[in-house]
Amino acid sequence: MDFKLSKTHLLQQEMYRKFAETEIKPIAEEMDETEVYDQELLAKMHKYGLMGIPYSREFGGVGGDYLSYALCMEEVSKIDGSTGITISVHTSLCCSCIDGFGTKEQKEKFLRPLIDGSKTGCYGLTEPNAGSDAAGQQTQAVYDEATDEYIINGGKIFTTNSGFADLCVVFALTDKSLGTKGISAFVVPLKNEDGSRAEGVTVSDNIRRMGIRAASNCEVSYENVRVPAANRLGKEGQGFKIAMKALDGGRIGIAAQSVGLAQGALNEALAYVKERKQFGRPIAAFQTTQFKLADMQTKIDAARLMTWRAAKTKDEGGNYGPEAAMAKLFASDVANQVCREAVQLMGGYGYCREYPVERALRDAKITEIYEGTSEVMKMVVAGSMKIK
Amino acid sequence: MSKDLYVVAEQRDGEIAKVTLELLGEATKLAADLGEKVVGVLMGDGIKGKAQEMIEAGADKVIVIEDPMLAEYVTEPYTKALTALIKEYDPNIVLFGASSIGRDLAPRVAARIHTGLTADCTHLDIDMEKYFEFLHATSTADTDAIAKKLGMDDKTLKMTRPAFGGNVMATIRCADYRPQMATVRPGVMKLAEAQPGKQGEVEDFKVEFTPEDMNVTIKEVIKETKKAVDITDAKVLVSGGRGIGSADYYKELQKVADLLGGEISSSRANVDAGWIAKDRQVGQTGKTVRPDLYLACGISGAIQHIAGMENSECVISINKNDTAAIFDVSDLGIVGDVKVIIPKLIDALTKYKAAQN
Amino acid sequence: MKIVVCIKQVPDTNEVKLDPKTNRLIRDGVPSIINHDDKSGIEAALQLKEKVGGTVTVVCMGPPQADVALREALAMGCDEAYLLSAREFGGSDTCATAIIISTALKKIGYDIVITGRQAIDGDTAQVGPQIAENLGIPQISYTEELDINDAADTVTVKRQYEDRYHMIEAKTPCLLTALQELAEPRYMHAGGIIDAYAKDITVWGFDDLKDGLNPDHIGLNGSPTKVVTSFGKMAKGAGEKLDVTPDEAVAAIIAKMEEKHII
Repeated sequence: MDFKLSKTHLLQQEMYRKFAETEIKPIAEEMDETEVYDQELLAKMHKYGLMGIPYSREFGGVGGDYLSYALCMEEVSKIDGSTGITISVHTSLCCSCIDGFGTKEQKEKFLRPLIDGSKTGCYGLTEPNAGSDAAGQQTQAVYDEATDEYIINGGKIFTTNSGFADLCVVFALTDKSLGTKGISAFVVPLKNEDGSRAEGVTVSDNIRRMGIRAASNCEVSYENVRVPAANRLGKEGQGFKIAMKALDGGRIGIAAQSVGLAQGALNEALAYVKERKQFGRPIAAFQTTQFKLADMQTKIDAARLMTWRAAKTKDEGGNYGPEAAMAKLFASDVANQVCREAVQLMGGYGYCREYPVERALRDAKITEIYEGTSEVMKMVVAGSMKIK
Repeated sequence: MSKDLYVVAEQRDGEIAKVTLELLGEATKLAADLGEKVVGVLMGDGIKGKAQEMIEAGADKVIVIEDPMLAEYVTEPYTKALTALIKEYDPNIVLFGASSIGRDLAPRVAARIHTGLTADCTHLDIDMEKYFEFLHATSTADTDAIAKKLGMDDKTLKMTRPAFGGNVMATIRCADYRPQMATVRPGVMKLAEAQPGKQGEVEDFKVEFTPEDMNVTIKEVIKETKKAVDITDAKVLVSGGRGIGSADYYKELQKVADLLGGEISSSRANVDAGWIAKDRQVGQTGKTVRPDLYLACGISGAIQHIAGMENSECVISINKNDTAAIFDVSDLGIVGDVKVIIPKLIDALTKYKAAQN
Repeated sequence: MKIVVCIKQVPDTNEVKLDPKTNRLIRDGVPSIINHDDKSGIEAALQLKEKVGGTVTVVCMGPPQADVALREALAMGCDEAYLLSAREFGGSDTCATAIIISTALKKIGYDIVITGRQAIDGDTAQVGPQIAENLGIPQISYTEELDINDAADTVTVKRQYEDRYHMIEAKTPCLLTALQELAEPRYMHAGGIIDAYAKDITVWGFDDLKDGLNPDHIGLNGSPTKVVTSFGKMAKGAGEKLDVTPDEAVAAIIAKMEEKHII
């Protein structure tokens, strides 16, 4: 057992922290207010490797591991939950599908630009009528033998990053009669090389949300979108497996995002209670405040350790699915509890938009919902326990 | 034996810098404690006429080195000239202004001679009694231990300076090497009153230069002052709160800031009101500042604001409300209307500056 | 072209406090960083390298813990790193420090040496010029802008003074001291961090440099200057509050400004 980060991880953590504090903090509030993700910031994250952490040097990645990725997710989410999800969807949902199931050619063509800093990706699984029940897909892909292409028709919702992403890993039925075994995965360009919208693809305006408002999140519809058969990841019918595998890993990222949101809110509250005076002394001097802070930090530490364990298991090639689900289940709950307490500690000021805990509390809620709701996490955990 | 205190003059375009005159005044006091003389060192081209100004500021003697090579400040010719002078005259102490010239020249000379140099001093002592008086007045330092270590007869230069961004002060000595050298921060030593008509010796010192001594080329001299825009770098902040009444009033505060070589800053309320840019906000959600002077105008002193400025060296505040929290952290609090005080302050500062020049 | 950047690892001075009882620095939990001016020097060096080619070597004198500062420099893109670390070096003042570093630089070789103007812990601005003196090369301190010609043998520097700039041309080899404004340092690259730890950092102790070093001129005992005492400033007493006529108030403000040497 070793709970200490290696020197490499520690220095990465420092770099991600510095980056978040210098580059993201000054604009986080404004991005939230305007509901627009800053594209210069996105470009900087690409430049310094934040968008390709757990991927191999062979294709232009950072060559880090999932633990490094989790550290990055925590540090950026301490400052801004929207940035967390922007990195997460690109990295652990979109790129991981291509990295895990793409051929060498596909990795060269699709993964390289995503992780060497030139393109941004998204992931299209959820549909208006298929959320937790991901198997209820309606989007279809029909093979056209004449051109060796698939013709995709259907609509996806809540596609994070889709407002600006260059390509999307889209899940679509290639054989309706087979249920989940009839789903396949495709790399679908959302833009042409010149940056114009790809034919047949329509991306809606941002869906207006409670939190992570700076993140791009839209409906994407596909109307007779033709993609070469060479864009299919894995075999026909492997799509559901690819989608679930990506989500397993993605949950480590969301767990880390939750830990970050919580720690960020706690840090703000901690600074505040030392300065804020009521009844003649700093409110930090009251034991009730101290106990509250102790509870908050304890929960965060537990969530962080669970997150790191899942990441480490994944890095070592172990069965990380249930650990990732437990980490996300627990950490997302902690994020909501801690952010709520942080607002409470800061009273009226905490409720004001000027203080970032207000944003953190709004951002935290989604962690219990996306990349598998808490209820789905319990299904995964229970499933691994061989209860029946 | 090494003797006398030398003050190396700083001149630009033939004008002696104020810090040089400050140093001469300070050196006069130290020289009395040592029973030695104050010698000014004046380097430049066609500069000799300025020697009298140094004598009137306290120098007993001025040594002048004149050469076209010394017209504009360049490290190597100045280093060569000063090193030659030090080797010839063997001073006990050599003082420089801690300016961008003094801090370039002094270390180079110290390394060439191999002696100690203390940077950016804010206090100098020879006499132990006076040194202890200073320590007792400003610090919690253990003088008994120091007395045991140095003995009360010690006549070395005790050079006190801030370190760690001003969090800590340290006294430094150079006991075994001569000359004892220090750069002294401009504006710290009090300017002594000039003694018009004071007599002193002016001596020429010749240094042989070769063309190789000009080892870099000045292509252009651009005269302009740099203006800091980051309020965390500003030495003086004139900060406005709600009490200034309108965005327009920052123009008046800017006048005060200009007179003091500072910047304007703000409380949160005025930033929110759009009166001033966010990057000038001081406080918990703005910037943490520690200027030499924080002049708080119409700022009530919410704890969130105080968190951002409480480490300022000196706080002067003006507020109508005599129970304003800002007074609790102020060195000087003025109960009064900003709009009455500020115009008078602008007048007073303008006159003060005019009188200085 | 070989560019060598000398850096110092310093405590983040905003966090440094003095123990009021022992008058000792409280360093526990205070993060160590690469000195700001030095980091800007690293960036300037990397930009020179990007323009005319060559390598960037980074040198740091300090305790073994300074390793991380060098790793950071490597992760920013520097090519090689040296740590000068020995018990004999401890307690060196600026004069002794410059002697040690310049001895190492003679062994490492250089075309351009860049140091920060000054370190935020000591604020002396002395080590750069003293290294230049020991190496016998020109120094240009307070560098605000820097350019190099295509032949990589001449630098042009905008040198800052209080009231003016000098545009200075200097042949290499020379030493520049960097202002923080010289260059906005890049971040470490995430992958660069991994590479940085895969590299070896050369650690030189006293024996590695002893051919060029006079043991009487280094370390605490060899330093010409010595600290007599260090102390914290006395806590501020309660200030005075005046409710007087505006003219009296202004007079009091002017007096306070004079007392504090603001004017």
